[in-house]
Amino acid sequence: MSSKARLILDGFVKNNPTFVLLLGMCPTLATTTSAVNGLSMGLATLFVLVLSNMAISAIAPIVPDKVHIPVYIVVIATFVTLLQLLMQAYTPAVYETLGLFIPLIVVNCIVLGRAEAFASRNGVIASAADGLGVGLGFTLALTVLGAVREILGSGSIFGWKFISGDGMLAFVMAPGAFICLGYLMVLFNKYLKKE
Amino acid sequence: MAAKSSLINMVAVLSLTCLLCSAILGGAYALTKEPIEKAAADKTSRSIALVVPEFDSLSEEKAATLDGKEYKYYEALKGDAPVGYAIVSSAGGFGGDIVLMVGIDTAGVVCNTSVLSHSETPGLGAKCTSDEGFMAQWKGFDPSVKILSVKKDGGDVDAITASTITSRAYTEAVKTAVEVFKSLRDEQ
Amino acid sequence: MEYFLIIISAIFVNNIVLAQFLGICPFLGVSNKLSTATGMSGAVCFVITLATLVTYLINKFLLVPLHIEFLQTIAFILVIAALVQMVEIVLKKTSPSLYSALGIFLPLITTNCAVLGVALNVVTKQFTFGGEAHFLNLGESLVYAFATSLGYGLAMIIFAGIREHLSLSEVPKSFKGVPIALVTVGILAMAFMGFSGMVK
Repeated sequence: MSSKARLILDGFVKNNPTFVLLLGMCPTLATTTSAVNGLSMGLATLFVLVLSNMAISAIAPIVPDKVHIPVYIVVIATFVTLLQLLMQAYTPAVYETLGLFIPLIVVNCIVLGRAEAFASRNGVIASAADGLGVGLGFTLALTVLGAVREILGSGSIFGWKFISGDGMLAFVMAPGAFICLGYLMVLFNKYLKKE
Repeated sequence: MAAKSSLINMVAVLSLTCLLCSAILGGAYALTKEPIEKAAADKTSRSIALVVPEFDSLSEEKAATLDGKEYKYYEALKGDAPVGYAIVSSAGGFGGDIVLMVGIDTAGVVCNTSVLSHSETPGLGAKCTSDEGFMAQWKGFDPSVKILSVKKDGGDVDAITASTITSRAYTEAVKTAVEVFKSLRDEQ
Repeated sequence: MEYFLIIISAIFVNNIVLAQFLGICPFLGVSNKLSTATGMSGAVCFVITLATLVTYLINKFLLVPLHIEFLQTIAFILVIAALVQMVEIVLKKTSPSLYSALGIFLPLITTNCAVLGVALNVVTKQFTFGGEAHFLNLGESLVYAFATSLGYGLAMIIFAGIREHLSLSEVPKSFKGVPIALVTVGILAMAFMGFSGMVK
Protein backbone atom coordinates (compact mmCIF):
# COMPACT_ATOMS: atom_id res chain seq x y z
CA MET A 1 0.00 0.00 0.00
CA SER A 2 1.35 3.43 -0.83
CA SER A 3 2.26 5.66 2.05
CA LYS A 4 -0.43 8.23 1.24
CA ALA A 5 -3.17 5.63 1.27
CA ARG A 6 -1.73 4.30 4.52
CA LEU A 7 -1.97 7.80 6.01
CA ILE A 8 -5.60 8.07 5.03
CA LEU A 9 -6.43 4.64 6.42
CA ASP A 10 -4.70 5.34 9.72
CA GLY A 11 -7.09 8.20 10.33
CA PHE A 12 -9.99 5.78 10.15
CA VAL A 13 -9.07 3.14 12.68
CA LYS A 14 -5.71 3.43 14.39
CA ASN A 15 -5.85 7.19 14.91
CA ASN A 16 -9.61 7.59 14.80
CA PRO A 17 -10.05 11.07 16.28
CA THR A 18 -13.27 10.27 18.08
CA PHE A 19 -12.99 6.72 19.34
CA VAL A 20 -9.24 6.50 19.98
CA LEU A 21 -7.85 9.99 20.42
CA LEU A 22 -10.98 11.40 22.08
CA LEU A 23 -10.63 14.72 20.31
CA GLY A 24 -13.35 17.12 19.23
CA MET A 25 -15.90 15.78 21.68
CA CYS A 26 -18.11 18.87 21.72
CA PRO A 27 -19.30 18.85 18.10
CA THR A 28 -19.39 15.05 18.23
CA LEU A 29 -21.97 15.12 20.98
CA ALA A 30 -23.83 18.28 20.08
CA THR A 31 -24.48 17.95 16.37
CA THR A 32 -25.25 14.25 16.00
CA THR A 33 -29.00 14.44 16.56
CA SER A 34 -29.45 12.80 13.15
CA ALA A 35 -27.26 11.05 10.59
CA VAL A 36 -27.44 13.98 8.18
CA ASN A 37 -26.46 16.51 10.85
CA GLY A 38 -23.50 14.37 11.90
CA LEU A 39 -22.42 13.99 8.28
CA SER A 40 -22.62 17.74 7.61
CA MET A 41 -20.60 18.58 10.71
CA GLY A 42 -18.02 15.96 9.73
CA LEU A 43 -17.68 17.35 6.22
CA ALA A 44 -17.40 20.93 7.53
CA THR A 45 -14.54 19.87 9.78
CA LEU A 46 -12.95 17.89 6.94
CA PHE A 47 -12.95 21.02 4.77
CA VAL A 48 -11.13 23.08 7.39
CA LEU A 49 -8.79 20.24 8.32
CA VAL A 50 -7.52 19.59 4.79
CA LEU A 51 -7.10 23.24 3.86
CA SER A 52 -5.47 24.32 7.11
CA ASN A 53 -3.17 21.28 7.07
CA MET A 54 -2.02 22.19 3.56
CA ALA A 55 -1.56 25.89 4.31
CA ILE A 56 0.28 25.24 7.53
CA SER A 57 2.65 22.69 6.03
CA ALA A 58 3.47 25.24 3.33
CA ILE A 59 4.26 28.10 5.72
CA ALA A 60 5.74 26.08 8.59
CA PRO A 61 9.42 26.48 7.54
CA ILE A 62 9.28 30.26 7.71
CA VAL A 63 7.25 30.59 10.92
CA PRO A 64 9.39 31.41 13.95
CA ASP A 65 9.07 28.81 16.65
CA LYS A 66 7.84 31.09 19.43
CA VAL A 67 4.84 32.42 17.54
CA HIS A 68 3.84 29.26 15.71
CA ILE A 69 0.68 28.62 17.76
CA PRO A 70 -0.86 32.08 17.18
CA VAL A 71 0.01 31.90 13.47
CA TYR A 72 -1.60 28.46 13.16
CA ILE A 73 -4.70 29.65 15.00
CA VAL A 74 -5.05 32.64 12.66
CA VAL A 75 -4.73 30.35 9.62
CA ILE A 76 -7.31 27.92 10.99
CA ALA A 77 -9.68 30.73 11.97
CA THR A 78 -9.41 32.13 8.45
CA PHE A 79 -10.56 28.88 6.89
CA VAL A 80 -13.33 28.55 9.46
CA THR A 81 -14.61 32.05 8.67
CA LEU A 82 -14.38 31.25 4.97
CA LEU A 83 -16.49 28.15 5.60
CA GLN A 84 -18.99 30.21 7.63
CA LEU A 85 -19.42 32.70 4.78
CA LEU A 86 -19.78 29.97 2.14
CA MET A 87 -22.29 28.02 4.21
CA GLN A 88 -24.37 31.11 4.97
CA ALA A 89 -24.48 31.84 1.26
CA TYR A 90 -25.11 28.43 -0.23
CA THR A 91 -26.40 26.08 2.50
CA PRO A 92 -28.18 28.42 4.96
CA ALA A 93 -30.39 25.65 6.36
CA VAL A 94 -27.42 23.48 7.33
CA TYR A 95 -25.65 26.50 8.77
CA GLU A 96 -28.64 27.23 10.97
CA THR A 97 -28.85 23.66 12.25
CA LEU A 98 -25.18 23.40 13.17
CA GLY A 99 -25.18 26.94 14.53
CA LEU A 100 -22.48 27.79 17.03
CA PHE A 101 -20.51 24.65 16.29
CA ILE A 102 -19.28 25.91 12.92
CA PRO A 103 -17.25 28.83 14.37
CA LEU A 104 -16.20 26.50 17.17
CA ILE A 105 -14.26 24.37 14.67
CA VAL A 106 -11.47 26.85 15.45
CA VAL A 107 -11.05 25.37 18.90
CA ASN A 108 -11.61 21.78 17.81
CA CYS A 109 -8.49 20.11 19.17
CA ILE A 110 -8.32 17.83 16.12
CA VAL A 111 -7.48 20.68 13.77
CA LEU A 112 -4.78 22.34 15.86
CA GLY A 113 -3.56 18.91 16.95
CA ARG A 114 -2.98 17.74 13.36
CA ALA A 115 -1.32 21.06 12.50
CA GLU A 116 1.12 20.66 15.39
CA ALA A 117 1.73 16.95 15.18
CA PHE A 118 1.75 16.41 11.43
CA ALA A 119 1.44 19.37 9.09
CA SER A 120 4.25 21.39 10.66
CA ARG A 121 6.81 18.71 9.86
CA ASN A 122 5.57 17.15 6.61
CA GLY A 123 5.06 18.17 2.99
CA VAL A 124 1.93 19.72 1.54
CA ILE A 125 0.63 16.56 -0.17
CA ALA A 126 1.27 14.30 2.80
CA SER A 127 -0.45 16.84 5.04
CA ALA A 128 -3.45 16.96 2.74
CA ALA A 129 -3.64 13.15 2.88
CA ASP A 130 -3.40 13.21 6.65
CA GLY A 131 -6.12 15.86 6.88
CA LEU A 132 -8.32 13.84 4.55
CA GLY A 133 -7.81 10.64 6.54
CA VAL A 134 -8.45 12.17 9.94
CA GLY A 135 -11.32 14.24 8.55
CA LEU A 136 -12.95 11.17 7.03
CA GLY A 137 -12.46 9.23 10.26
CA PHE A 138 -14.16 12.06 12.13
CA THR A 139 -16.96 12.27 9.57
CA LEU A 140 -17.52 8.52 9.75
CA ALA A 141 -17.68 8.55 13.55
CA LEU A 142 -20.13 11.46 13.55
CA THR A 143 -22.33 9.90 10.90
CA VAL A 144 -22.43 6.56 12.72
CA LEU A 145 -23.24 8.23 16.03
CA GLY A 146 -25.86 10.40 14.32
CA ALA A 147 -27.39 7.36 12.62
CA VAL A 148 -27.58 5.37 15.87
CA ARG A 149 -29.19 8.28 17.70
CA GLU A 150 -31.62 8.89 14.85
CA ILE A 151 -32.61 5.21 14.65
CA LEU A 152 -33.19 4.95 18.40
CA GLY A 153 -34.49 8.43 19.00
CA SER A 154 -36.67 9.21 15.99
CA GLY A 155 -37.18 5.81 14.39
CA SER A 156 -35.73 6.99 11.10
CA ILE A 157 -32.46 6.87 9.19
CA PHE A 158 -31.18 9.69 6.97
CA GLY A 159 -34.63 11.20 7.29
CA TRP A 160 -36.41 8.04 6.10
CA LYS A 161 -38.90 6.96 8.74
CA PHE A 162 -39.32 3.22 9.31
CA ILE A 163 -41.65 3.20 12.29
CA SER A 164 -44.75 5.28 12.82
CA GLY A 165 -44.82 7.40 15.93
CA ASP A 166 -41.91 8.36 18.10
CA GLY A 167 -38.67 6.66 18.97
CA MET A 168 -37.04 6.81 22.36
CA LEU A 169 -36.82 10.57 22.63
CA ALA A 170 -34.05 10.62 25.21
CA PHE A 171 -31.63 9.60 22.46
CA VAL A 172 -32.02 12.78 20.44
CA MET A 173 -31.61 14.84 23.60
CA ALA A 174 -28.46 15.51 25.57
CA PRO A 175 -28.28 12.35 27.74
CA GLY A 176 -28.62 10.08 24.69
CA ALA A 177 -25.57 11.69 23.10
CA PHE A 178 -23.31 10.77 26.00
CA ILE A 179 -24.73 7.29 26.47
CA CYS A 180 -24.63 6.38 22.75
CA LEU A 181 -21.06 7.57 22.38
CA GLY A 182 -20.07 5.61 25.48
CA TYR A 183 -21.54 2.38 24.14
CA LEU A 184 -20.14 2.92 20.63
CA MET A 185 -16.72 3.35 22.19
CA VAL A 186 -17.15 0.06 24.03
CA LEU A 187 -17.93 -1.71 20.75
CA PHE A 188 -14.98 -0.02 19.06
CA ASN A 189 -12.64 -1.07 21.88
CA LYS A 190 -13.91 -4.63 21.83
CA TYR A 191 -13.88 -5.38 18.11
CA LEU A 192 -11.73 -2.92 16.18
CA LYS A 193 -8.93 -1.63 18.32
CA LYS A 194 -5.84 -3.78 18.02
CA GLU A 195 -3.14 -3.50 20.58
CA MET B 1 12.30 22.76 11.07
CA ALA B 2 10.86 26.06 12.15
CA ALA B 3 12.82 29.24 11.68
CA LYS B 4 14.74 30.73 14.61
CA SER B 5 12.79 33.30 16.58
CA SER B 6 13.94 36.88 16.68
CA LEU B 7 11.81 39.85 17.57
CA ILE B 8 11.85 41.13 14.00
CA ASN B 9 10.79 37.95 12.25
CA MET B 10 8.18 37.15 14.93
CA VAL B 11 6.49 40.50 14.48
CA ALA B 12 6.90 40.33 10.71
CA VAL B 13 5.43 36.86 10.33
CA LEU B 14 2.55 37.51 12.71
CA SER B 15 1.51 40.77 11.12
CA LEU B 16 1.97 39.38 7.63
CA THR B 17 -0.25 36.40 8.43
CA CYS B 18 -2.94 38.58 9.96
CA LEU B 19 -2.82 40.98 7.04
CA LEU B 20 -2.99 38.22 4.45
CA CYS B 21 -5.79 36.41 6.25
CA SER B 22 -7.92 39.52 6.69
CA ALA B 23 -7.37 40.36 3.03
CA ILE B 24 -8.56 36.90 1.97
CA LEU B 25 -11.59 37.12 4.26
CA GLY B 26 -12.41 40.65 3.17
CA GLY B 27 -12.48 39.41 -0.41
CA ALA B 28 -14.54 36.37 0.46
CA TYR B 29 -16.98 38.57 2.40
CA ALA B 30 -17.43 40.89 -0.56
CA LEU B 31 -18.04 37.91 -2.86
CA THR B 32 -20.50 36.11 -0.60
CA LYS B 33 -22.39 39.18 0.61
CA GLU B 34 -24.93 39.07 -2.16
CA PRO B 35 -25.64 35.31 -2.04
CA ILE B 36 -26.02 35.51 1.76
CA GLU B 37 -28.57 38.31 1.51
CA LYS B 38 -30.36 36.47 -1.27
CA ALA B 39 -30.49 33.26 0.77
CA ALA B 40 -32.06 35.13 3.69
CA ALA B 41 -34.57 36.88 1.42
CA ASP B 42 -35.44 33.57 -0.27
CA LYS B 43 -36.16 32.00 3.07
CA THR B 44 -38.55 34.79 4.01
CA SER B 45 -40.39 34.78 0.69
CA ARG B 46 -40.69 30.98 0.80
CA SER B 47 -42.36 31.06 4.19
CA ILE B 48 -44.61 33.91 3.07
CA ALA B 49 -45.69 31.98 -0.01
CA LEU B 50 -46.58 29.07 2.26
CA VAL B 51 -49.05 31.05 4.36
CA VAL B 52 -50.89 33.54 2.14
CA PRO B 53 -53.32 33.05 -0.78
CA GLU B 54 -51.91 33.05 -4.31
CA PHE B 55 -50.30 36.37 -5.17
CA ASP B 56 -48.35 38.18 -7.90
CA SER B 57 -46.02 40.31 -5.86
CA LEU B 58 -44.99 41.03 -2.31
CA SER B 59 -44.70 44.36 -0.58
CA GLU B 60 -41.54 45.47 1.15
CA GLU B 61 -41.16 44.58 4.80
CA LYS B 62 -43.45 46.84 6.82
CA ALA B 63 -43.89 47.38 10.52
CA ALA B 64 -47.09 47.65 12.51
CA THR B 65 -47.32 48.76 16.13
CA LEU B 66 -49.66 47.15 18.64
CA ASP B 67 -49.58 47.93 22.36
CA GLY B 68 -46.22 49.60 21.95
CA LYS B 69 -44.59 46.61 20.28
CA GLU B 70 -43.48 46.44 16.66
CA TYR B 71 -44.44 43.59 14.38
CA LYS B 72 -43.03 42.93 10.93
CA TYR B 73 -45.47 42.13 8.18
CA TYR B 74 -45.66 41.74 4.41
CA GLU B 75 -48.55 42.41 2.07
CA ALA B 76 -49.30 39.87 -0.65
CA LEU B 77 -50.66 41.68 -3.70
CA LYS B 78 -52.58 40.48 -6.72
CA GLY B 79 -52.45 43.24 -9.26
CA ASP B 80 -52.60 46.26 -6.94
CA ALA B 81 -55.07 44.85 -4.44
CA PRO B 82 -53.85 43.07 -1.33
CA VAL B 83 -55.07 39.47 -1.00
CA GLY B 84 -53.48 38.70 2.33
CA TYR B 85 -51.01 39.62 5.02
CA ALA B 86 -48.07 37.63 6.34
CA ILE B 87 -47.41 38.72 9.91
CA VAL B 88 -44.41 37.73 12.02
CA SER B 89 -45.32 37.18 15.65
CA SER B 90 -43.89 35.29 18.58
CA ALA B 91 -44.69 33.92 22.03
CA GLY B 92 -42.67 32.24 24.76
CA GLY B 93 -42.90 28.44 24.58
CA PHE B 94 -41.34 25.72 26.67
CA GLY B 95 -37.73 26.11 25.58
CA GLY B 96 -37.71 29.69 24.28
CA ASP B 97 -39.54 31.90 21.82
CA ILE B 98 -41.64 30.37 19.07
CA VAL B 99 -41.55 32.70 16.07
CA LEU B 100 -44.33 32.28 13.53
CA MET B 101 -45.24 33.61 10.11
CA VAL B 102 -49.01 33.86 10.16
CA GLY B 103 -50.92 34.36 6.91
CA ILE B 104 -54.29 36.12 7.14
CA ASP B 105 -56.53 36.91 4.17
CA THR B 106 -58.39 40.17 3.73
CA ALA B 107 -61.51 38.74 5.43
CA GLY B 108 -59.54 38.08 8.59
CA VAL B 109 -59.41 34.29 8.22
CA VAL B 110 -56.10 32.58 9.00
CA CYS B 111 -54.84 30.93 5.79
CA ASN B 112 -51.88 29.03 7.19
CA THR B 113 -49.01 29.33 9.63
CA SER B 114 -45.37 28.40 9.46
CA VAL B 115 -42.71 28.25 12.15
CA LEU B 116 -39.72 30.53 11.53
CA SER B 117 -37.77 29.44 14.59
CA HIS B 118 -38.34 27.61 17.84
CA SER B 119 -36.39 25.78 20.51
CA GLU B 120 -38.96 23.30 21.78
CA THR B 121 -38.15 19.78 23.00
CA PRO B 122 -37.48 17.36 20.11
CA GLY B 123 -40.32 14.87 19.75
CA LEU B 124 -42.66 16.80 22.03
CA GLY B 125 -43.11 20.54 21.52
CA ALA B 126 -41.01 20.43 18.34
CA LYS B 127 -43.93 18.58 16.75
CA CYS B 128 -45.47 21.99 16.10
CA THR B 129 -43.46 21.82 12.87
CA SER B 130 -44.44 18.25 11.92
CA ASP B 131 -47.72 17.19 13.57
CA GLU B 132 -50.12 17.13 10.62
CA GLY B 133 -53.32 17.38 12.63
CA PHE B 134 -52.02 20.35 14.58
CA MET B 135 -50.70 22.17 11.53
CA ALA B 136 -53.72 21.49 9.31
CA GLN B 137 -56.21 23.07 11.73
CA TRP B 138 -54.78 26.54 11.02
CA LYS B 139 -55.78 26.40 7.36
CA GLY B 140 -58.97 28.42 7.19
CA PHE B 141 -59.20 29.00 10.95
CA ASP B 142 -61.76 31.78 11.30
CA PRO B 143 -61.17 33.68 14.55
CA SER B 144 -64.60 35.32 14.33
CA VAL B 145 -66.29 31.89 14.61
CA LYS B 146 -63.83 29.81 16.59
CA ILE B 147 -62.13 30.67 19.86
CA LEU B 148 -58.37 31.11 19.73
CA SER B 149 -57.23 29.08 22.71
CA VAL B 150 -56.54 25.39 23.31
CA LYS B 151 -59.44 23.05 24.13
CA LYS B 152 -58.17 22.57 27.67
CA ASP B 153 -58.72 26.30 28.23
CA GLY B 154 -62.16 26.22 26.61
CA GLY B 155 -61.14 27.18 23.08
CA ASP B 156 -61.22 25.43 19.70
CA VAL B 157 -57.55 24.64 19.13
CA ASP B 158 -56.45 21.00 19.27
CA ALA B 159 -53.25 20.89 21.31
CA ILE B 160 -50.29 18.66 20.48
CA THR B 161 -50.36 15.60 22.73
CA ALA B 162 -48.28 16.14 25.86
CA SER B 163 -47.21 19.61 24.74
CA THR B 164 -49.81 21.98 26.12
CA ILE B 165 -47.33 24.78 26.82
CA THR B 166 -46.05 24.75 23.24
CA SER B 167 -49.60 24.64 21.85
CA ARG B 168 -50.65 27.54 24.10
CA ALA B 169 -47.68 29.62 22.97
CA TYR B 170 -48.38 28.81 19.32
CA THR B 171 -52.01 29.82 19.74
CA GLU B 172 -50.94 32.96 21.59
CA ALA B 173 -48.69 33.94 18.68
CA VAL B 174 -51.50 33.38 16.16
CA LYS B 175 -53.80 35.46 18.36
CA THR B 176 -51.27 38.29 18.40
CA ALA B 177 -51.05 38.15 14.61
CA VAL B 178 -54.84 38.36 14.36
CA GLU B 179 -54.81 41.41 16.64
CA VAL B 180 -52.12 43.01 14.48
CA PHE B 181 -54.26 42.33 11.41
CA LYS B 182 -57.29 43.93 13.07
CA SER B 183 -55.34 47.06 13.91
CA LEU B 184 -54.09 47.21 10.31
CA ARG B 185 -57.63 46.86 8.99
CA ASP B 186 -58.93 49.55 11.32
CA GLU B 187 -56.26 51.94 10.12
CA GLN B 188 -57.37 51.66 6.52
CA MET C 1 -35.47 39.37 38.87
CA GLU C 2 -34.05 39.08 35.41
CA TYR C 3 -30.54 38.56 36.73
CA PHE C 4 -31.88 35.82 38.95
CA LEU C 5 -33.45 34.11 35.92
CA ILE C 6 -30.21 34.42 33.95
CA ILE C 7 -28.29 32.78 36.78
CA ILE C 8 -30.70 29.88 37.27
CA SER C 9 -30.98 29.35 33.53
CA ALA C 10 -27.23 29.37 32.94
CA ILE C 11 -26.32 27.13 35.86
CA PHE C 12 -29.09 24.53 35.82
CA VAL C 13 -31.47 24.69 32.87
CA ASN C 14 -28.99 25.27 30.07
CA ASN C 15 -25.96 23.83 31.81
CA ILE C 16 -23.01 24.45 29.55
CA VAL C 17 -21.66 20.90 29.69
CA LEU C 18 -24.75 18.80 30.16
CA ALA C 19 -27.15 20.63 27.87
CA GLN C 20 -25.02 22.72 25.51
CA PHE C 21 -22.09 20.35 25.04
CA LEU C 22 -19.38 22.95 25.41
CA GLY C 23 -16.03 22.32 27.05
CA ILE C 24 -16.33 18.54 27.01
CA CYS C 25 -12.63 17.79 26.39
CA PRO C 26 -11.32 19.26 29.65
CA PHE C 27 -14.48 18.06 31.35
CA LEU C 28 -13.51 14.46 30.58
CA GLY C 29 -9.79 15.11 30.75
CA VAL C 30 -9.27 16.59 34.21
CA SER C 31 -12.21 15.23 36.14
CA ASN C 32 -10.34 12.22 37.53
CA LYS C 33 -9.67 13.92 40.83
CA LEU C 34 -11.78 16.32 42.81
CA SER C 35 -8.86 18.66 43.49
CA THR C 36 -7.85 19.12 39.84
CA ALA C 37 -11.49 19.49 38.86
CA THR C 38 -11.87 22.32 41.36
CA GLY C 39 -8.71 24.00 40.07
CA MET C 40 -9.85 23.78 36.47
CA SER C 41 -13.30 25.13 37.33
CA GLY C 42 -11.71 28.11 39.05
CA ALA C 43 -9.50 28.86 36.07
CA VAL C 44 -12.40 28.51 33.61
CA CYS C 45 -14.59 30.77 35.75
CA PHE C 46 -11.94 33.46 35.76
CA VAL C 47 -11.13 33.27 32.04
CA ILE C 48 -14.70 33.01 30.76
CA THR C 49 -15.84 36.10 32.66
CA LEU C 50 -12.79 38.13 31.68
CA ALA C 51 -12.89 36.98 28.03
CA THR C 52 -16.59 37.81 27.74
CA LEU C 53 -15.95 41.31 29.09
CA VAL C 54 -13.15 41.96 26.59
CA THR C 55 -14.79 40.37 23.54
CA TYR C 56 -18.08 42.14 24.27
CA LEU C 57 -16.33 45.49 24.27
CA ILE C 58 -14.27 44.67 21.17
CA ASN C 59 -17.38 43.61 19.32
CA LYS C 60 -19.38 46.66 20.35
CA PHE C 61 -16.75 49.34 19.84
CA LEU C 62 -14.59 47.89 17.08
CA LEU C 63 -16.22 45.22 14.94
CA VAL C 64 -19.76 46.57 14.77
CA PRO C 65 -18.87 50.22 13.96
CA LEU C 66 -16.49 49.01 11.23
CA HIS C 67 -19.05 46.51 9.86
CA ILE C 68 -16.62 43.65 10.07
CA GLU C 69 -18.67 41.33 12.27
CA PHE C 70 -17.65 38.47 10.02
CA LEU C 71 -14.22 38.63 11.65
CA GLN C 72 -15.76 37.80 15.05
CA THR C 73 -14.43 34.25 15.19
CA ILE C 74 -10.88 35.17 14.27
CA ALA C 75 -10.76 38.27 16.50
CA PHE C 76 -12.26 36.53 19.51
CA ILE C 77 -9.95 33.52 19.42
CA LEU C 78 -6.89 35.77 19.19
CA VAL C 79 -8.12 37.89 22.07
CA ILE C 80 -8.77 34.81 24.16
CA ALA C 81 -5.36 33.33 23.41
CA ALA C 82 -3.62 36.59 24.28
CA LEU C 83 -5.73 37.03 27.38
CA VAL C 84 -4.90 33.56 28.68
CA GLN C 85 -1.20 34.24 28.17
CA MET C 86 -1.49 37.54 30.00
CA VAL C 87 -3.41 36.04 32.90
CA GLU C 88 -0.71 33.41 33.16
CA ILE C 89 2.10 35.99 33.29
CA VAL C 90 0.28 38.24 35.75
CA LEU C 91 -0.61 35.36 38.05
CA LYS C 92 2.95 34.07 37.99
CA LYS C 93 4.28 37.46 39.08
CA THR C 94 1.63 38.49 41.59
CA SER C 95 0.19 35.39 43.17
CA PRO C 96 2.43 32.33 43.06
CA SER C 97 0.02 30.30 45.19
CA LEU C 98 -2.90 30.90 42.84
CA TYR C 99 -0.60 30.28 39.92
CA SER C 100 0.46 26.91 41.26
CA ALA C 101 -3.20 26.00 41.73
CA LEU C 102 -4.50 27.20 38.34
CA GLY C 103 -1.32 27.54 36.31
CA ILE C 104 -1.19 24.18 34.60
CA PHE C 105 -4.78 24.52 33.43
CA LEU C 106 -4.39 27.91 31.83
CA PRO C 107 -2.72 26.85 28.55
CA LEU C 108 -5.46 24.25 28.14
CA ILE C 109 -8.16 26.88 28.34
CA THR C 110 -7.32 28.57 25.02
CA THR C 111 -8.72 25.57 23.19
CA ASN C 112 -11.60 25.08 25.61
CA CYS C 113 -14.55 25.75 23.37
CA ALA C 114 -16.62 26.87 26.35
CA VAL C 115 -14.73 30.18 26.40
CA LEU C 116 -15.15 30.99 22.72
CA GLY C 117 -18.64 29.51 22.78
CA VAL C 118 -19.86 31.82 25.54
CA ALA C 119 -18.15 34.84 23.97
CA LEU C 120 -19.83 34.16 20.61
CA ASN C 121 -23.19 33.30 22.17
CA VAL C 122 -23.33 36.59 24.03
CA VAL C 123 -22.88 38.71 20.91
CA THR C 124 -24.78 36.65 18.34
CA LYS C 125 -27.73 35.14 20.14
CA GLN C 126 -30.91 36.69 21.41
CA PHE C 127 -31.98 35.55 24.84
CA THR C 128 -35.37 35.48 26.49
CA PHE C 129 -35.48 35.67 30.24
CA GLY C 130 -39.08 36.09 31.18
CA GLY C 131 -39.60 38.95 28.75
CA GLU C 132 -38.79 39.99 25.23
CA ALA C 133 -36.10 38.30 23.15
CA HIS C 134 -33.11 40.64 23.13
CA PHE C 135 -29.35 40.85 22.91
CA LEU C 136 -27.69 40.98 26.30
CA ASN C 137 -26.22 44.25 27.54
CA LEU C 138 -22.83 44.38 29.21
CA GLY C 139 -24.07 43.73 32.75
CA GLU C 140 -26.28 40.84 31.68
CA SER C 141 -23.47 39.39 29.57
CA LEU C 142 -21.12 39.36 32.53
CA VAL C 143 -23.71 37.78 34.81
CA TYR C 144 -24.49 35.23 32.11
CA ALA C 145 -20.82 34.41 31.57
CA PHE C 146 -20.10 34.10 35.27
CA ALA C 147 -23.18 31.97 35.95
CA THR C 148 -22.40 29.76 32.96
CA SER C 149 -18.92 29.11 34.29
CA LEU C 150 -20.38 28.36 37.71
CA GLY C 151 -22.55 25.78 35.96
CA TYR C 152 -19.39 24.39 34.40
CA GLY C 153 -17.80 24.13 37.82
CA LEU C 154 -20.90 22.51 39.28
CA ALA C 155 -21.04 19.81 36.60
CA MET C 156 -17.31 19.27 36.81
CA ILE C 157 -17.20 18.89 40.59
CA ILE C 158 -20.24 16.60 40.77
CA PHE C 159 -18.75 14.47 38.03
CA ALA C 160 -15.30 14.33 39.60
CA GLY C 161 -16.91 13.20 42.84
CA ILE C 162 -18.73 10.41 41.04
CA ARG C 163 -15.60 9.43 39.15
CA GLU C 164 -13.53 9.10 42.30
CA HIS C 165 -16.00 6.51 43.52
CA LEU C 166 -16.26 4.92 40.11
CA SER C 167 -12.53 4.27 39.97
CA LEU C 168 -12.88 1.95 42.97
CA SER C 169 -15.60 -0.18 41.44
CA GLU C 170 -15.10 -3.00 38.99
CA VAL C 171 -16.26 -2.34 35.44
CA PRO C 172 -16.01 -4.64 32.37
CA LYS C 173 -12.73 -4.24 30.50
CA SER C 174 -14.12 -2.53 27.40
CA PHE C 175 -15.97 -0.01 29.59
CA LYS C 176 -12.86 1.06 31.50
CA GLY C 177 -11.90 4.71 31.35
CA VAL C 178 -13.80 7.03 29.04
CA PRO C 179 -16.77 4.84 27.99
CA ILE C 180 -18.07 4.36 31.53
CA ALA C 181 -17.42 8.04 32.19
CA LEU C 182 -19.54 8.99 29.18
CA VAL C 183 -22.41 6.76 30.27
CA THR C 184 -22.20 8.34 33.72
CA VAL C 185 -22.35 11.85 32.25
CA GLY C 186 -25.37 10.72 30.26
CA ILE C 187 -27.19 9.80 33.46
CA LEU C 188 -26.11 13.09 35.04
CA ALA C 189 -27.43 14.95 31.99
CA MET C 190 -30.73 13.11 32.41
CA ALA C 191 -30.94 14.37 35.97
CA PHE C 192 -30.32 17.93 34.78
CA MET C 193 -33.07 17.56 32.18
CA GLY C 194 -35.45 17.77 35.10
CA PHE C 195 -34.69 21.49 35.22
CA SER C 196 -35.83 22.15 31.66
CA GLY C 197 -38.81 24.41 31.22
CA MET C 198 -38.20 25.96 34.63
CA VAL C 199 -37.13 29.33 33.20
CA LYS C 200 -39.08 30.59 30.25
